[in-house]
Amino acid sequence: MAQLQKLQTSNLPDAVLDRRQAVPRLLDNHADYLMVTGLAGAAQEISALTDSSPSVFAMGGAMGAALMTGLGLALAQPKRRVLVVTGDGDLLMSVGGLATIALQNPKNMTVICVDNGHYGETGNQDSHTGLGIRLDTIAAGSGFAVVHTINTEEDLEEGRRLLREGTGLSFILLRVKEGPPNRNKRNLVPHMERENFRKALLG
Amino acid sequence: MTDANDWPDQLYDLLKSAKITQFAYVPDAGHKVLINRSLADPDVHSIPLTTEEEGVALAAGADLGGERAVLLMQSSGAGNCINLLSLIVGCRFPLLTLISMRGDFGEGNPWQFPMGQGTEPVLKAMGVNVLRCDQPEDVIPTVTAALTMVFQSGQAVAVLLGQRLIGAKKFA
Repeated sequence: MAQLQKLQTSNLPDAVLDRRQAVPRLLDNHADYLMVTGLAGAAQEISALTDSSPSVFAMGGAMGAALMTGLGLALAQPKRRVLVVTGDGDLLMSVGGLATIALQNPKNMTVICVDNGHYGETGNQDSHTGLGIRLDTIAAGSGFAVVHTINTEEDLEEGRRLLREGTGLSFILLRVKEGPPNRNKRNLVPHMERENFRKALLG
Repeated sequence: MTDANDWPDQLYDLLKSAKITQFAYVPDAGHKVLINRSLADPDVHSIPLTTEEEGVALAAGADLGGERAVLLMQSSGAGNCINLLSLIVGCRFPLLTLISMRGDFGEGNPWQFPMGQGTEPVLKAMGVNVLRCDQPEDVIPTVTAALTMVFQSGQAVAVLLGQRLIGAKKFA
């Protein structure tokens, strides 16, 4: 059987955080933001955290769309803080968007990648990050001046500070163990997702 | 009397008058004037993309925030957009894309034909309305119609700018 080996260049410690606690702790002030989430785990846990707030646009598909949807929103709403919360699989599909975003340099935008190193929705296959690819290094090389990697509880505190202080365009890699996200019963009617978000923001 | 051959500058003015503020593109010679004018315009965002589907998602985000976007690309890029058109059509986001054609009238590079000839059918298969311009005098009326369809009726519309209009690229 063909086996993929973990890259020798990988030098991150094993993930220890549980996303069901780590995501709510990182985002304890979630009501301050407009949020776009990638599909699957990120959409589920942000919907659960915010009780499906209309300030969250949560994808139910369209893998790879979260990052750039966040940019369009951040450029349109420069007075609001915009968070993109997405998983490693979704972000790997759209890494060029990091470079596109860095060239625009929206000061009101933060990208949070909840990286569990696996495709949790499709049978838990290893993702590229699970085999040693580093999205934090990719973000830095793509022009994000502020990049913070969260491996431990202590690292979480620095992430919370970055979010509270809003220090311009930033990237946070939240490394979590395999395992399920928090969930609620969420809307999966696509056009209602758009209409609810626009009504809450634009009236 | 305006000169129809001046359509690229008239087109930029038309898009501006329709309150488009996010100009996203993968560079193409057919869109040179629009790209350069957006780069020189302090009132708009000029957004170079690494691949065309980024612009599809960007247009959705612009609409969520109450702004309007246009996506400029070559027909080669239409295929890159297909899955993310699910976001546009499913959520009923307005989308305006202007597509300069390759693999079309007088094309001299055979590599361009599969995607060039596939552009209109694959866009239609994903629920995008397709309009086409082949003469300079077509451009402003066609894009004016597209703007109404997109921002009044909430449709996704691609306007194809044919090689008869923009000229076939010369290959020795």
